[in-house]
Amino acid sequence: MSRRPFQLDPRLLVSGRVLSALDWRHGAALLVMFAASLTFASAQSAAAPPATPSALATLATWTPHILRGFVLNLVMSFLAMALATVLGIGLGLMQISPGRLLRLPARFFTLLLRNSPWLVILFAIMYLLPIEIRIPGGKPIEFPDWLKATLAFSLPVAGNVSEILRGAVNSIPTGQWESADGLAFTRAQTLRWIILPQCIRRAIPPWMNWYALLTLSTPMASIFSVHEAVWNAQSSMEAAGARPELLLPFYLFLLCLFFIYIYPIAICTRKLERKYAVAT
Amino acid sequence: MLLPPEPSVTEHRSWPDESPIVSLKDVHKSFGSFEVLRGVSMDVRKGEIVCIIGPSGSGKSTLIRCINGLTPIHQGSITVEGQEVNDAKLDKLSLRRKVGIVFQQYNLFPHKTVLENVMMAPLKVLREPKAEVEARARALIAKVRLTGKEDAYPGQLSGGQQQRVAIARSLAMRPDVMLFDEVTAALDPETVKEVLVTIKELATEGMTCILVTHEMGFAREVADHVYFTDRGVIVEHGSPAQIFGAAQDPRTRQFLSQIL
Ligand SMILES: Nc1ncnc2c1ncn2[C@@H]1O[C@H](COP(=O)(O)OP(=O)(O)OP(=O)(O)O)[C@@H](O)[C@H]1O
Ligand SMILES: [Mg+2]
Repeated sequence: MSRRPFQLDPRLLVSGRVLSALDWRHGAALLVMFAASLTFASAQSAAAPPATPSALATLATWTPHILRGFVLNLVMSFLAMALATVLGIGLGLMQISPGRLLRLPARFFTLLLRNSPWLVILFAIMYLLPIEIRIPGGKPIEFPDWLKATLAFSLPVAGNVSEILRGAVNSIPTGQWESADGLAFTRAQTLRWIILPQCIRRAIPPWMNWYALLTLSTPMASIFSVHEAVWNAQSSMEAAGARPELLLPFYLFLLCLFFIYIYPIAICTRKLERKYAVAT
Repeated sequence: MLLPPEPSVTEHRSWPDESPIVSLKDVHKSFGSFEVLRGVSMDVRKGEIVCIIGPSGSGKSTLIRCINGLTPIHQGSITVEGQEVNDAKLDKLSLRRKVGIVFQQYNLFPHKTVLENVMMAPLKVLREPKAEVEARARALIAKVRLTGKEDAYPGQLSGGQQQRVAIARSLAMRPDVMLFDEVTAALDPETVKEVLVTIKELATEGMTCILVTHEMGFAREVADHVYFTDRGVIVEHGSPAQIFGAAQDPRTRQFLSQIL
């Protein structure tokens, strides 16, 4: 069977609005398809030579293995988002700085990170970063593949977080800067106490949207045999005898897994979006 | 029962009454090739109420913003209590403690309550003790007649109420001079009055006020001195009686006939 994981539609990654399109009906349809495929596959297994376990039994056996992989997806998504947030805020603050020396390089890196295909960044990081870093005199620091992939996923998101920050700061009316200026606030004080607090509420919905996209992208790491959910599902199917009827139920199971995780985030994002749209 | 002494909310630093507290000499300002201020001079004494009137685009806002250094000037000199504003090494903090400004669009901080809006600058900029700042802020909120609204957010207030919060917020820095740039222009006719009353009270307490206004009745009533500007110059200035009753320049007369 193919070693290629399912591929993400890159246009979806650029538009960055997966969450507003997500609907409970998608989940319901997914569940129905999953159940149907499982019934169908189990019927096929029943027709196969005796002693072949049913598709349902196979899936049940391997579910803990797949879930362990899914935990890695989540760990990668948390770490990558944390890193992307820190990097993105740093880049974003540089982007809005009055000094060209900071602003122009930050602008360049933001655009570069935002507009590079995720797969390109992934390959670049996987091949460019050494497996371990040796600090003279110290123990070598290991860089396992899953950690490299996490770094790779964080980069494009960092570019987008940087842009979210810039957009949010620019959307604050200049009157806020002026009145702060008139009250003797310095630029840094104005940012810290007046501008950035107002940006947070505007930035949280898009930030969550990027988190969802990031989570949905983590299976790309299976290209490099990172043992996350998709890779584990594939290895389970192989271990179960690479039966073609297993393909559909297993992949639909994966989709359900991601849907169950993403859907509450989508609802929450939409609620916040609506709330802030009313408030401002 | 003895009441605690009222905290002084508009305490003044000592600046001699004789010499002008704000002084502009031959101020020039351009935006690109467009010269907005073409040699403006004016002197404002401590406690004086000065109104600036003039047609739209004549540079009134620019003029008032130059006084606290929000807009840098190209030529001339502006001093506030002897401190030169047109100085590359300007100590902005010391200048802006002396000069408060209120804008047409109140520009309150929408994420903060009324009380927090008023307390913010003394707390964060001057780093004054919280209890002291809070007592002063509450007294100022009472002064602008908004007791009970301390915990409201700006979005929950009317325009006139927001503008009074903006005035209180500016006063919290204990300025010696207040600048008002058409602070009633964005308000409903009913709420204009409450803001004007607040300013009038400030004026009677001895606050030095420089106002840009379209409220001619108000200017006539409270101003000690009225300046008429047109196309970046001061065409004419004098007491309200002089300007509104016996304007010399035809441009002033024409402007007044249009607006009154
Ligand atoms: N930041 C700026 N950049 C370029 N031009 C400006 C700027 N600020 C003001 N101007 C121009 O300077 C002129 C004077 O503006 P100013 O706001 O001082 O006038 P004003 O007398 O306050 O008018 P109004 O009564 O409409 O408020 C206007 O023609 C305006 O277009
Ligand atoms: Mg103006």
